[in-house]
Amino acid sequence: MVMTAPLPTAAAVRLLLRDVVDPEIPTVSIVDLGLVHDVRVGADGIAVELLPTFVACPALEVIRSAVIDALTALGSPVEVSFTFAVPWTTDRLTNAGHAGLRNAGIAPPADPVDVRCPFCDSATVAMDSMFGPALCRSLFYCRACRQPFEAFKPI
Amino acid sequence: MTEFASFESIAMDFEGAGHERALAILLLSMADDEFVIGFSDSEWTGIGPILEEDVAISSLAQDELGHAQALYGLLAETIADGRDADGWAYDRPPEGYLHARLLDHPRGDWAATIARRYLYDTADSARLEAIAASSHAPLRELVAKIRREERYHLMHVQTWIERLADAGGESRARLLAALKAMGPDAGTVLAPLPGETALVRHGVSREPFAVMEARWRDEVGATFGRLGLPELPPTASPDRPRTDHSDAFRSLHAEFTMVRRSEVGATW
Repeated sequence: MVMTAPLPTAAAVRLLLRDVVDPEIPTVSIVDLGLVHDVRVGADGIAVELLPTFVACPALEVIRSAVIDALTALGSPVEVSFTFAVPWTTDRLTNAGHAGLRNAGIAPPADPVDVRCPFCDSATVAMDSMFGPALCRSLFYCRACRQPFEAFKPI
Repeated sequence: MTEFASFESIAMDFEGAGHERALAILLLSMADDEFVIGFSDSEWTGIGPILEEDVAISSLAQDELGHAQALYGLLAETIADGRDADGWAYDRPPEGYLHARLLDHPRGDWAATIARRYLYDTADSARLEAIAASSHAPLRELVAKIRREERYHLMHVQTWIERLADAGGESRARLLAALKAMGPDAGTVLAPLPGETALVRHGVSREPFAVMEARWRDEVGATFGRLGLPELPPTASPDRPRTDHSDAFRSLHAEFTMVRRSEVGATW
């Protein structure tokens, strides 16, 4: 007689996904980034659908293997896929996601005139370049604390 | 050459083209456009005129390569002949590529790169608008995503073309020289595709390319008029085949297929 473990619930899967972080922004989970589009649990395993932030995001494969690693403990086969079914936008970031970005020294997405320094909260900042070290970020400079910083691009 | 024969059967034999074949040609031409400009502009990485611009052009190039990869992926699903996105990107001879002749021009100096980007991005934007409500759901979804990214490209290149045009002196002279060289090929991005009537009939595109081109020429004409730049000429030799590419592209092709050719079938 074969004993089968009870199927995990989708809620249990989502809870574990909170431990998977963006490889470039380790203070923000993929749940708070708004990457998780769908979680389905069935007899043949767990299917997780994620939304890429940018089409060319080079972190996707790293995130895929991190999700598989995080869910292995549940004992079901895991399949991770990426979809454009709805476009990922910066509106999908949660409040915890915004706080996590600030903790990483990155200003949360906002209209460029509303961006505040993630270090001293000053509004006296200027955009140096629309394009930053990653596709999802711009470069700013804070005139108050004289720190260059990155800001998430609103998209 | 069996793969090329199979490609030819898709892209060259348009007799009685059904809408799936027309869709494949649309996807392939768009993917090739994005791939070629992305690879070509990536040559600036490390040698951009200033650090911020080096980062910016590298980001733009990376975006375009990502769009190409996604479009080749959709094509692979449509054709389903066993080739994946990389197979489509790398395993064709130069004459198997369907990108616009505008992108056969070498990246040249910074003014030429900006001129080419401006002409391409504005034309691509007209094309994306025409397929934004496409009946082909995977394309519609991808285009919705791509347009959000291209908004940044357009803002950036618009700023640059104004800067070069308004600066006078060498900047403006170089921009004018680049526009003179590329102007006659600018319209090729929106050149009609075989089977496009089937695309419109099936709602893959809301309009034929001639309508996109007219809309694009109005927009570019308004910007050029404001900046005192000469009007774009009509497309030169409109009947020249899409697959007739320049020596500059042949060199680029030799370079971007080099790793792939050096060890056939190798994986990372």
